[in-house]
Amino acid sequence: MQDSPAPIFKRGPSPAVRLAFFSLLSLVMLVADARFRYGENVRAIVSVALYPLQQAAAMPGMLLSRAGEFFVTQASLVSENNKLRREALDSAARMLRLQALETENAQLHRLLDAPLVPDRKSRVATVLYEPRDPFTRRIIIDQGLTTDVSAGQAVIDHLGVVGQITRVFPLVSEVSLITDKSQSVPVQDVRSGLRAVTFGLGHDGALELRFIPVNSDIQIGDVLVTSGIDGTYPPGLPVAVVANIERNAAFAFARITCTPTAGLANYRHVVVLSPPDVLPPDPTKTKVETPVETRTTRKRTPAP
Amino acid sequence: MSRSALGDNIHGGEILLPVRTGYIVLTLVVAVVLDLVPMPGWLAWVWPDFVAIALVYWGVFQPRRVGLLVAWVLGLLMDVADASLFGQHALAYCLLLYGAIFLHRRIQMFPLAYQVAHVAVMLLGQQLLQLLLRLAAGGDFPGITYFASSLTAAALWPVLVALLRLPLRRRSDSDVP
Repeated sequence: MQDSPAPIFKRGPSPAVRLAFFSLLSLVMLVADARFRYGENVRAIVSVALYPLQQAAAMPGMLLSRAGEFFVTQASLVSENNKLRREALDSAARMLRLQALETENAQLHRLLDAPLVPDRKSRVATVLYEPRDPFTRRIIIDQGLTTDVSAGQAVIDHLGVVGQITRVFPLVSEVSLITDKSQSVPVQDVRSGLRAVTFGLGHDGALELRFIPVNSDIQIGDVLVTSGIDGTYPPGLPVAVVANIERNAAFAFARITCTPTAGLANYRHVVVLSPPDVLPPDPTKTKVETPVETRTTRKRTPAP
Repeated sequence: MSRSALGDNIHGGEILLPVRTGYIVLTLVVAVVLDLVPMPGWLAWVWPDFVAIALVYWGVFQPRRVGLLVAWVLGLLMDVADASLFGQHALAYCLLLYGAIFLHRRIQMFPLAYQVAHVAVMLLGQQLLQLLLRLAAGGDFPGITYFASSLTAAALWPVLVALLRLPLRRRSDSDVP
């Protein structure tokens, strides 16, 4: 490179020029992606090309776990079967009660003329892998555009909320876990009814409740469930348990950390909930008119 | 560029078979697959970036066969696979390969231990660049363990050199006791 005299053979632009070109191209793409989220189509195409390689990479692990399943002893199968049967009986009894409660609830809602929260359809997805990106908390699942998955759908497991779908590719889609730094979930304290929002901290096993006043009614061990006001997560799904509260009178807000209840990225299967049929109106469109009206009515009322 | 085509195949006094393009492609595809293997827990931190180390290998030992376009395309692949920013790996791999090509004569002359040191510094530099890009985009520093994968990759360098050369050995070598 350094000592090349006048070239005898034509070799195209010099490596330094090529490096400058590709670096500039990469930088432009970086800014386009980070700022404007351009290039999603290219991403989708590349992800389809990657799919067979991903399957090949996941194969050894899958075969190992299959082989492990094959050598399960009879005794452990019998005991697991018994346990599952007992659990099924237990949940069947609860299901019957739940059905009765659901009809009763629907009737009461009709009596009160309040809209009922519609039941959501769900779809089981297999977790393909966790991307090797230490800056985000995401998982890749095997459902995509071909199975009618769309961005914004909630993802749960049997213990609670896992996250929501943030990118959809033709064959796979990307789920941002609730522990991701960009993710927040509106929640409600089951014990006190306090409404709050959990924020991901960017590392596993911890969420933060921000902007909770020091004197608010929240205790260690409180269960937080989704409040459903965002329209993304249906209400009543467990999200986290309050793990630690630091109340310092010097600050306006308490420092509250919680541990998520769902086995984030621990399980092979998750459930993708379909989006609700009726979404709440877009706040960016309604905001312009409503505050003006409320202000005028407020000003008018004390005058007469 | 005074070296002949044969000259690129002399390493450590050993004359190797000429490298076929198919072989380079195969190793790069295997590297991508190895990068995609799902790793649980702490293993994910130390699991080396095989694409980066394969690029360094070919950059050092076949500097004219692997161009920056290859590094760039592989970088885009890894960007999509890792769900990172578009262009992050692409930029890092381009600079990495350029560094490897730039230093290839020096690295070829060194014994293995010095080669490992060079590779470690290049891989760490590549990771540092990715770290800076993500910090600029609003990410958090993920902790010092972030750099562990480069160190394991550098430690694997002697094994990799031996492995990738196995199919390039001449037949007569196997007769020598």
